[in-house]
Amino acid sequence: MTRRSRLVLFVIVAPVFAALFFLAAQGLPSFGSEFHPYGDRAVEMATGQRATANVVSSVNFDQRAIDTLGEEFILFGSVIGTIVLLRPAPEERETGLRSAGRVLPTTRLAGYLLLPVSVLVGLYVIAHGQLSPGGGFQGGVVLATGWHLLYVAGRYTALRRAASPTVLEIAESVGAAAYAAIGLAGLVIGGAFLVNFLPTGRLNDLLSGGTVPLLNGAVGVAVAAAIVLLLSGFLEQEVVLRQTEEPLAGSSISTEEPLAGSSMVADDAEQR
Amino acid sequence: MITLPYLVAGWLFLVGCYGLVTSRNLVHTVACLTVAQSATYVLLLAVGFRAGATAPVFADVPVGTRVVDPVVQALSLTDIVVSATVTAVLLALTVQIYKRHGTVNPDELRALQD
Amino acid sequence: MMLLIFLALGLVAVTGTMVALTQQPARQAVMLSVFGLTLAILFMTVQAPDVALSQLAIGTAVVPLMIMLTIQKVGGPQ
Repeated sequence: MTRRSRLVLFVIVAPVFAALFFLAAQGLPSFGSEFHPYGDRAVEMATGQRATANVVSSVNFDQRAIDTLGEEFILFGSVIGTIVLLRPAPEERETGLRSAGRVLPTTRLAGYLLLPVSVLVGLYVIAHGQLSPGGGFQGGVVLATGWHLLYVAGRYTALRRAASPTVLEIAESVGAAAYAAIGLAGLVIGGAFLVNFLPTGRLNDLLSGGTVPLLNGAVGVAVAAAIVLLLSGFLEQEVVLRQTEEPLAGSSISTEEPLAGSSMVADDAEQR
Repeated sequence: MITLPYLVAGWLFLVGCYGLVTSRNLVHTVACLTVAQSATYVLLLAVGFRAGATAPVFADVPVGTRVVDPVVQALSLTDIVVSATVTAVLLALTVQIYKRHGTVNPDELRALQD
Repeated sequence: MMLLIFLALGLVAVTGTMVALTQQPARQAVMLSVFGLTLAILFMTVQAPDVALSQLAIGTAVVPLMIMLTIQKVGGPQ
C-alpha cells in the first residue's frame, strides 16, 4: 500500500472507529464509579488470606500468576528474537571502540555516584514488591537502567566486560525457569500449578505473601537481564559494529544529530 | 456521568494510528505504535479508577480503606515492561531491514519489491 | 484531585498528539520521553504508583534510548 492509499483508508475507517468508540464509552461505568466487583474481591483476598499488602503484586504473582507466566515468556521470546536479529551481518565486523569527544568530569562523577544508589534502589524495589509499590518488573528495569550509568560515565569497556552476554543469557533463562519451577513446586506441594504453597505470614511483614517475593525475585532477575541484553544489543550495533565499506573511527558518526552517549566511549579508549 | 478519560484513550489510539499511516520512517512507525499502545493503559486505569480512593497498597492505610481497582493496574503494569521488549524486536527488525535494503522508508521498501 | 487528573489527561493527549505528528525521528524520541513522563504523572494521579514506576523507567528511559540508538544506526532522518 502506498502512503496515499493508507491515508485514504485511515480517513474512511477512523470516523467509524471514533463513533463506535464514543458509543462504547457511554456504556462503560462512569469514571470514578464505585462499581468494581472484581477489584473488591481481589483486595479482600490479598489483605485477608494471602497477607500481601501490595494488592497489585498479589494479583500479579498470586491470584493471576499464570498470566504473568505468559508475560514472562513473551519477554523471553522477544529477547531471543532481538538477539538473533541484531547479530552481526556477514559484511560487518567489530572495529573496536570508536573515539570522539570526551566525558565531562561532572558527568563521570554523577555516573559513579548514582550507580550504587540506583542498583540499591532496584534491589530494594524488587525485594519490597509485596509491601510497597514495586516488584520484579519495575525493580528489574531500575536495576538494568542503573547499570547503564557506567556507559554514561564513559566506561563502556568496563560495562561490556562486567556484563558478558553469556552470563546475562544464563541469568535470563534461570529467571524464566525459576518462575516455572516455583509453579511446578506448587503443583507438587499444593495440588495446582502456581498455587501459593508457602505460609503467607502476617500482613506488612517483610516475609509475607508466601510465594509472591520468590516470584518477584525470579521476574526481577529475568527482566533485569532482558533489559541489559536488549540495550547492550543496540549499543553494540552503534558503538562497536560498522559496515566495512564505511569509514572507520570517529569520522563516520556524523549523522545529523549525534547521540551524546556515543561520543562518551572516547575517554575509555584513551585511558588504556 | 464522566467519560472524558475514555475518550482521551480513544484519541491516543487514533492519533497513534494516524502517525503509523503517515509514517515515512520505520523508526517513526515504531514510536507511533507505542503511543497507540499507551491508549490501552489509559483506558484500563480510567476504568479502574474510584473517586476519592487511595492506591491499592495497605502499607500505611488500614485494611478496609476504599482503594482503586488493583486488577487493571496489574494488567497494565506487566504490559508496560513486556511492550518495551516487543518494541525492541520491532527496532531490531528495522535495523535488519536497513542492513538488507539500505532504507527504512516503507514506500521505498515497497518499490524494492516490485 | 479530579482537577489534577483532568490536567494530566490533557497533558497526555497533547504530548501524545505531538509525538505522532513529529516526523523527524530524533525529535520524536525526545518527545516520546516527555510523553512517557506525562503518562507516569497521569498514573500517579489515578492512584496507580506501581504502574507509574514501571512507566517512568520504561517510557522515559529504555524505549527512547533504544529508539535513539536505532536512529544512529539507520542514519537519522531520511
